[in-house]
Amino acid sequence: MPANLPARLCSLLLSLVLIAFALPAFAGPFEDAVAKFANDDYSDTEDAIGVVASSGNPLAFPIISALQDGRLMADPDSKKVYVTGADGKSIDAATGQPVASVPDSAAAVRLNNRLRRSVDAAIGSLTLQSPDIGTRLQAAQSVFKSHEETALEAVDGALAKETNKSVKAALGDARAAILLFKPDATEVEKLEAVATLKGRGDQEALALLTGMGDQPASVTKAAASAIGSIQSSLAVWSMVQNAWYGLSLGSVLLLAAIGLAITFGVMGVINMAHGEMVMIGAYTTFVVQEVIRTRYPGLFDYSLLIAVPLAFLVAGALGVVIERSIIRFLYGRPLETLLATWGLSLVLQQAVRTMFGPTNREVGNPSWMSGAFELGQITITYNRLWILVFTLAVFAILLAMLRYTALGLEMRAVTQNRRMAASMGIATSRVDALTFGLGSGIAGIAGVALSQIDNVSPNLGQSYIIDSFMVVVFGGVGNLWGTLVGAFTLGIANKFLEPVAGAVLGKIAILVLIILFIQKRPRGLFALKGRAVEA
Amino acid sequence: MFSKSTHDIAASFSRRGVLAATAGLVLGLASLTGAKAADDTIKVGVLHSLSGTMAISETTLKDTILFLIDEQNKKGGVLGKKLEAVVVDPASNWPLFAEKARELITKDKVAVVFGCWTSVSRKSVLPVFKELNNILFYPVQYEGEESERNVFYTGAAPNQQAIPAVDYLMKDEKVKRWVLAGTDYVYPRTTNKILEAYLKSKGVAQEDIMINYTPFGHSDWQTIVADIKKFGSAGKKTAVVSTINGDANVPFYKELGNQGIKAKDIPVVAFSVGEEELAGIDTKPLLGHLAAWNYFQSIKSPENEKFIKAWQAYTKNPKRVTNDPMEAHVIGFDMWVKAVEKVKSTDPDKVIDALPGIEAKNLTGGTSKMLPNHHITKPVFIGEIKANGQFDVVWKTPGLVAGDAWSKELDGSKDLIGDWVGKKCGNFNTKTNKCLGSGS
Repeated sequence: MPANLPARLCSLLLSLVLIAFALPAFAGPFEDAVAKFANDDYSDTEDAIGVVASSGNPLAFPIISALQDGRLMADPDSKKVYVTGADGKSIDAATGQPVASVPDSAAAVRLNNRLRRSVDAAIGSLTLQSPDIGTRLQAAQSVFKSHEETALEAVDGALAKETNKSVKAALGDARAAILLFKPDATEVEKLEAVATLKGRGDQEALALLTGMGDQPASVTKAAASAIGSIQSSLAVWSMVQNAWYGLSLGSVLLLAAIGLAITFGVMGVINMAHGEMVMIGAYTTFVVQEVIRTRYPGLFDYSLLIAVPLAFLVAGALGVVIERSIIRFLYGRPLETLLATWGLSLVLQQAVRTMFGPTNREVGNPSWMSGAFELGQITITYNRLWILVFTLAVFAILLAMLRYTALGLEMRAVTQNRRMAASMGIATSRVDALTFGLGSGIAGIAGVALSQIDNVSPNLGQSYIIDSFMVVVFGGVGNLWGTLVGAFTLGIANKFLEPVAGAVLGKIAILVLIILFIQKRPRGLFALKGRAVEA
Repeated sequence: MFSKSTHDIAASFSRRGVLAATAGLVLGLASLTGAKAADDTIKVGVLHSLSGTMAISETTLKDTILFLIDEQNKKGGVLGKKLEAVVVDPASNWPLFAEKARELITKDKVAVVFGCWTSVSRKSVLPVFKELNNILFYPVQYEGEESERNVFYTGAAPNQQAIPAVDYLMKDEKVKRWVLAGTDYVYPRTTNKILEAYLKSKGVAQEDIMINYTPFGHSDWQTIVADIKKFGSAGKKTAVVSTINGDANVPFYKELGNQGIKAKDIPVVAFSVGEEELAGIDTKPLLGHLAAWNYFQSIKSPENEKFIKAWQAYTKNPKRVTNDPMEAHVIGFDMWVKAVEKVKSTDPDKVIDALPGIEAKNLTGGTSKMLPNHHITKPVFIGEIKANGQFDVVWKTPGLVAGDAWSKELDGSKDLIGDWVGKKCGNFNTKTNKCLGSGS
């Protein structure tokens, strides 16, 4: 409709002019951007983050950090955005004016992963000159991760003023990462950047170097050699890492098996309910944490320390009851013991299922059990490290108890020669009950530690019972040191096989190796010698 | 779909040596006596494990059906009769599933069965349902490649969960490198085969796909998480598509969190982690990781809010969560009731024929429809894990997705369709125009 066209164009132009005049009267680009937070649209939020972060407005940092913590509230009706503080006071995000209260219709601005990355990058470039060293370091690291060109100026500015050595290094890395991806950076700058990243030598540097795209020939060559050297050093580190993972898996195996080493290894009871003692220890931890959460939230970091003695007592007492009521009638009848304890394990599982429900229960990690630290190029997680330390401590205490206490002496006497011990005036049945209780109690302690890395569900014990028997039999029945060596051997072997064969085949291979080993040495690694064995 | 521990896989399905003639006789008797029993109530079978490893997931589904029956009875029941639940416990034991199914149909004379979770339990009861001609509503997402006359699949087929999730990551997160991590059994293996074929059809190179399987209940994830980290440091955006079974997820996510892999660096999209699973996890380290489902408790719709309220009142637990398989049961139950009312009979043959085409409101504001292949139409949602153990929906399909019984990505099944209305066949080959044998 050509006749209509000029008229339409006119009205369009008119409205454009109107908008152009109207907008500045109400708001500038910063206010516009802030209002976009209220649209509840991820791309609008992303635009807003970009504009706000580069606006230079003093409100930028409070807004973005509020967004990160879910404290940025937006009202979809009035398009107003508020920053709420931890102290309950709120300000209007666009003007910085304090407001009495945030309307009920306002909701926290939502983020997705893409936006979280933008927020991190924005916070990074905004806090590069923060007075706090930790914040600066974190800022430099997030700029390194996002390596956006726009941050280069801020990094250069921060570098000039920085005095702290590690922050300076992080800023240098960030600068190198930006330059590597900056299309108009000079060849010299890029070569320097490659050298800096080569010096850093970790997986993140490797990721940047392999993903840098088209570059001048000299840079590509330098990058290739840097990649080669980083990869070969990482290969060495991965061996160290496997060894550490092996130690860590070994400690878990040892912890799970150590109680069984007493009940099965020392007493000779094929105790299929061993796993359930571990489970009961884990549930004890859950109950302790629940009580702490509701009554004494400040004690949460100590919850595991409180749970350890309790789990020992609960599982130990249960062990004594089981020994007195069932097992003592079945000594010397391994098949019946196996069936009875297996039945008992089902009863215990179903009892826990009825009491606590079939679903997993949440056991939290105290702050000192969370996170990791870097040692060279490997990551060591605190929970694994503490479990290793804890396992060795339990082992040492148990060994000392068996060797230096009266009860330990009686236990050894009864297991070595029951009739002789009885003739010497040892109450063998009491010692039996206490020994079984000790083994069960230690299984309970293991449950406290395992609750930190596994599900707390009624099935918890089942996943450890086979591994535990494997360790005890492999190490040599009746020998605690055998259990120790057996657990660590299996753990390390498993972790070196896993990268090569995969988790499933690795586990099968370990089982096959154990079967072959047991054929050769039926009594395990460290066989007990002497007449005691035949008793 | 899931299965929870190693000893369960060892349990193998044993065929029942029942002669066809006897079966026919039993069937005849069943329908005779069934008519008599129908005088007072209509019986509904509930075949979910209440003990053993699967109790963790299936107990909730048993409660869901009891709840739905209760609600229906408050409205006056079906065809003027009250519904009566018959609950049995197959104890996470696959052969026992078949035995209990037989007991429900022949002894209790149920009109329909709602049950099963793992694929192996479904496969175990299949011959029983075919032989005794009854109806099974199966509420869990599964690997597809099946369409049976007696089974109605109200959970997601791979194209209603896995493929849209991968699409989302490819488009929105620009993911170029993929880790397909799963537990070593049929559901993850088939799903990963479908996903691998799909990714390759989208131009992803073999070297950018890492496939990893772990045993049931795997708890030491250190090596695998380190491998994922290494795989992700090749300069391309990397994501993990997880078909890891429910129980192994907790240690997996804990390890990810402890080794400092955040969702914003390497997101994990899971197909078996829902509200129920998160209820047992400290969700702080999981923040931002994804799950793909057809339902989330957090979805705002009048139907959903009403359902959650009624469910929490019924269970007397104001914190009780809802999840995707529960919604599948809600839809399936509603469809069955509508089909029964349509044909005014609980006779399985009539109900089976009436079900395709029946529509039922889902809880997310749409209307699902039973398709001729016995799968249903569903919306697909991608949710991000929030700190409170719920999901924040970040993406959804524009409309409802029709479930494919046979995957279009696999060479062996791309020409097959299930059509119990026109072709009367579960695996009809559209190229050769032949039914491959599971006809009626």
